[in-house]
Amino acid sequence: MAANDPRPNPDELLERVQRDEQQARRGKLKILFGASPGVGKTYAMLNEARRLRAQGLDVVVGVAETHGRSETATLLEGLELLPRKPVEHRGTFLQEFDLDAALKRRPAVLLVDELAHSNAAGCRHPKRWQDVEELLAAGIDVLSTVNVQHIESLNDIVGGITGIRVWETVPDRIFAEADEIMLVDITPDDLLVRLREGKVYLPDQAERAIQNFFRKGNLIALRELALRQAADRVDEQMRALRSVGAPERVWQTGDTLLVCIGPNDADEKVVRTAARLAAKLDSAWHAIYVETPALQRLPEAQRRSILKTLKLAQDMGAVTATLAEQDAVDAVLDYARRNNLGRIVAGRSTHARSRWFPRETFNRRLGALAPDIDLISVARDEDRPRRATVEATEPVRVESFRGERIRAYVYALLTCAGIAAGATPLVDRLDLANIVMLFLAGVVFVAFRFGRGPAVFAAILNVAVFDFFFVPPRFTFAVSDVQYLLTFAVMLVVGLVTGHLTAGLRYQARVARYREERARSLSEMARSLSSALVEEQVVEISDKFLEASFRAKAAILLPDLNDTLQPPITHGGTPAYDVAIAQWCYDKNEPAGSGTDTLPASPQLYLPLKAPMRVRGVLVVEPANPRLLMIPEQSRLLETFAALIAIALERIHFVSIAQETLIRMESERLRNSLLATLSHDLRTPLTALVGLAETLSLDLAAAESTHADKAGVIREQALRTSRLVNDLLEMAKLQAGEITLRKDWQSLEEIVGSALKSLDPVMSEHPLKLDLPADLPLVKCDAVLMERVLVNLLENAAKYTEPGTTIGIHAGTTDARVRVEVWDAGAGLPPGQERAIFEKFARGKKESAIPGTGLGLAICEAIVQAHGGRIWAENRTPQGARFVFTLPLDAQPTIETETH
Amino acid sequence: MATETHGTLLIVEDEKAIRRFVRQALETEGYRVFEAENLQRALIEAGTRKPDMVILDLGLPDGDGTDFIRELRAWSGMPIVVLSARAEEHDKVAALDAGADDYLSKPFGVSELLARVRAALRRHARTGEALDSTVQFGAVIVDLANRRVTKSGEEIHLTQIEFRLLAVLLSHPGKVLTHRHLLREVWGPPYVEHSHYLRIYMGHLRQKIEDNPARPQHLITETGIGYRFVQG
Repeated sequence: MAANDPRPNPDELLERVQRDEQQARRGKLKILFGASPGVGKTYAMLNEARRLRAQGLDVVVGVAETHGRSETATLLEGLELLPRKPVEHRGTFLQEFDLDAALKRRPAVLLVDELAHSNAAGCRHPKRWQDVEELLAAGIDVLSTVNVQHIESLNDIVGGITGIRVWETVPDRIFAEADEIMLVDITPDDLLVRLREGKVYLPDQAERAIQNFFRKGNLIALRELALRQAADRVDEQMRALRSVGAPERVWQTGDTLLVCIGPNDADEKVVRTAARLAAKLDSAWHAIYVETPALQRLPEAQRRSILKTLKLAQDMGAVTATLAEQDAVDAVLDYARRNNLGRIVAGRSTHARSRWFPRETFNRRLGALAPDIDLISVARDEDRPRRATVEATEPVRVESFRGERIRAYVYALLTCAGIAAGATPLVDRLDLANIVMLFLAGVVFVAFRFGRGPAVFAAILNVAVFDFFFVPPRFTFAVSDVQYLLTFAVMLVVGLVTGHLTAGLRYQARVARYREERARSLSEMARSLSSALVEEQVVEISDKFLEASFRAKAAILLPDLNDTLQPPITHGGTPAYDVAIAQWCYDKNEPAGSGTDTLPASPQLYLPLKAPMRVRGVLVVEPANPRLLMIPEQSRLLETFAALIAIALERIHFVSIAQETLIRMESERLRNSLLATLSHDLRTPLTALVGLAETLSLDLAAAESTHADKAGVIREQALRTSRLVNDLLEMAKLQAGEITLRKDWQSLEEIVGSALKSLDPVMSEHPLKLDLPADLPLVKCDAVLMERVLVNLLENAAKYTEPGTTIGIHAGTTDARVRVEVWDAGAGLPPGQERAIFEKFARGKKESAIPGTGLGLAICEAIVQAHGGRIWAENRTPQGARFVFTLPLDAQPTIETETH
Repeated sequence: MATETHGTLLIVEDEKAIRRFVRQALETEGYRVFEAENLQRALIEAGTRKPDMVILDLGLPDGDGTDFIRELRAWSGMPIVVLSARAEEHDKVAALDAGADDYLSKPFGVSELLARVRAALRRHARTGEALDSTVQFGAVIVDLANRRVTKSGEEIHLTQIEFRLLAVLLSHPGKVLTHRHLLREVWGPPYVEHSHYLRIYMGHLRQKIEDNPARPQHLITETGIGYRFVQG
């Protein structure tokens, strides 16, 4: 009956606990959600802010876009505004939200309007929602606003409805994880009225806006979307609430979706659809990309766009993977079976016939090979414009490759000319068919050496050269015999095909070589790192490999004990890194700099060195050519390098911990045996000395010798030495933490009694005043040590006061502590010495005649502190000193009352 | 038959100097003394010499003194006084629980040693004799048979457990009784770890019997070890 078991499943519980914990640390995000601009989100947000402020909360406005609306602007009055940060962007200054100022100000609630806003270049994050995430992580509550069109997964639906696409989006994750969503709703008619009245846009913009975006049909559709989104969320919350009580449903992994991402720009839509589907099914989902040899040949821009789609899936909550396999269908099915995924989502082209490689075969093959798996085909929206994703990187590419490219074509030309020149003397002896063979061999050579383009070029050129130089009539392009046209055609086709195949082979060989190179450098680095014994070696090895693999300057920044990154241990050229970015990267455990979401304009890339236990440092890489890091394989390689370095650092960390522990254990063992030897070797002769001196003095006394007194003095001195030895050994043990407290329930009265008894001769000349209440609770302590404390305190009082001075003991309880006070009516402590007397070897009067070691109070302090208590000394008024110690009071033990 | 002042003693001690002065002190008092420097030797000596008493150092190099006590107790009830360093109370408790009669902390004086030896021998000589039904100490008279306690002629009311505790202490005058021993005897074996019972009842008993409960004269605390009843 496991399925009907009402107990929450442990994984779910754990997740819930973790979620709660995370929420406890993080600030809360409340989103005011609307169907379109102008519904009054900012207005509602400011009203909410005023309400919170009226409750006494510290509310600060980070950003509030009033768009010149006067009603909204009046609400701002009286609220604290955070100054904006001017950021220069192409000559103009933009007023951006100042994240650092907000973090520094640390209000309880911060208003950050327009969550989807894109920050100007030069801000820390490209997107405002990333700023908000950082604010939340810092524990600041945030109020923000979002329109339905800005939700990433709804973005293209809204685009389809309105015909206007916005590029500023907020990941669904942010919306889903928001603590509260408040829908700000207004009917389309009212909105249009407001728009006409100029309350949304300034009047001159209004008319244009109504024509474009604010058509009634659009507004109704947007409103429906927003309402439905809000309703879905309420539904989710309801379910979450219900599952806290007792989950009725067992999570079936078979429901889990697997999305196949192909080399198609429109697969982004497939991902979005899958995300929505997964959200509806409330199931986890995976997204994979299978890189077949054919796909490896794709231009870099397209490969990056695939990875971007994969990243999008990851951002939307998918588990993502890239598989390198020969056959995509096999790889997908294998992955699905291994991960027990029962539904596959794949894109379906809307006009398959027009394409060279109909993807239908992929879907059909999937269906044929795995009848047990549900296949969901999602129509791709292929008409929409391609996103311009790679504009910035193209020019670099052209620059660096143009020269080489031209040279390849020149070589192709030369090869062709060479063959023509070489074959000319042979034209009488060789059949024309064999000369064709020579040209074909040339194409194979060109394809093999210079790739596809030059091969095609060579194949065409060959036909022309062959025609011109060899086919009669020679030295004209005219052809006498029509059958040569067939020769040309075959020659061209064979040339193109062999060229294509050879070039493909060459390409694959090159890919294989790169892959092998990467694998080799990885394995070599792993091997080198595994033999590193100190951090310096790790740094040196990493520098070497990063230099070799990326032609990059690298630095590894390691944290100190306070988690502050230290300057790198240098080995020559280190990049000029930015300490603040590196520290941010370390603290947030997220990459920063070139090619990332955070400060992408920086010339360096900052990677956190994530090891299994924690982040071990930051890797700063400054490649000679930043493009090198953009190549997906290279950036993956770099990440793997970082992981290897992190693991090596962690290993070294644990090795050093193990060594330290070993050393500590060894020294502890040594100290223990030293203490044991000392205590035995010192005590034994002293025991003999005391005993023999006493025997001697008794014998001498019996013989009525005058030396009897001297023997008595020997005995006294031996006893004193013995006490000193005891004090020293005890102090040594206490200090080494060697004393194990034998705690038990003790009565203070009893401990005081036995302390007084052992001090009988010392205290005989001092009147004693005891004040121990009868209802004194039992105290959990080590009786022997506590008696020691009292003996030392009382002995001090007796030693340092004149005979006849009253000594008193007072005990009582205050705030769950027992307070014991030993006081005297003597001369009191020298002012300012109340603390110093607890130091080791501190004596009331230097080199005074009063016997003692100066360890008494130090021992008292060590014992009291070991019990979790406190001890101090002070002067009494009108005179005398008091030594007070407190001990924690535990809950009293239960005792069965006696029945009579 | 050994008299009160003359008997045979076995000293088990690995330090020659200590052995020497203990022997000297005891021989001056008229005891006959045998020595053993390790436990193996001590067992042989104890078996062959049949001493009236053993003085045993707990810190012997060749073994645990507590095991020796148990072995000895298997066949003999002779008094055993253990010698041990201060601050090693748990060793003393273990030895006492194993069957030792008394202990002395190093360094100790000759007179202290002799007093303990005499007391132990006296107690041992009296075992088997019927206990006096009334015991008197200070102004207190305890009638064990009739369960009546008076102090300066006034009757003192004791609860059953208080009386039982007092009776156990009185039956071993001068002997240290460990916490575990008292808890077992008075409350029963399940209570041996519940030392707070002992603290509370001993407090009550002292309130009723001692003149100044904070400075008891008869029900003496042996800190970290147990209690001892002192008659005089």
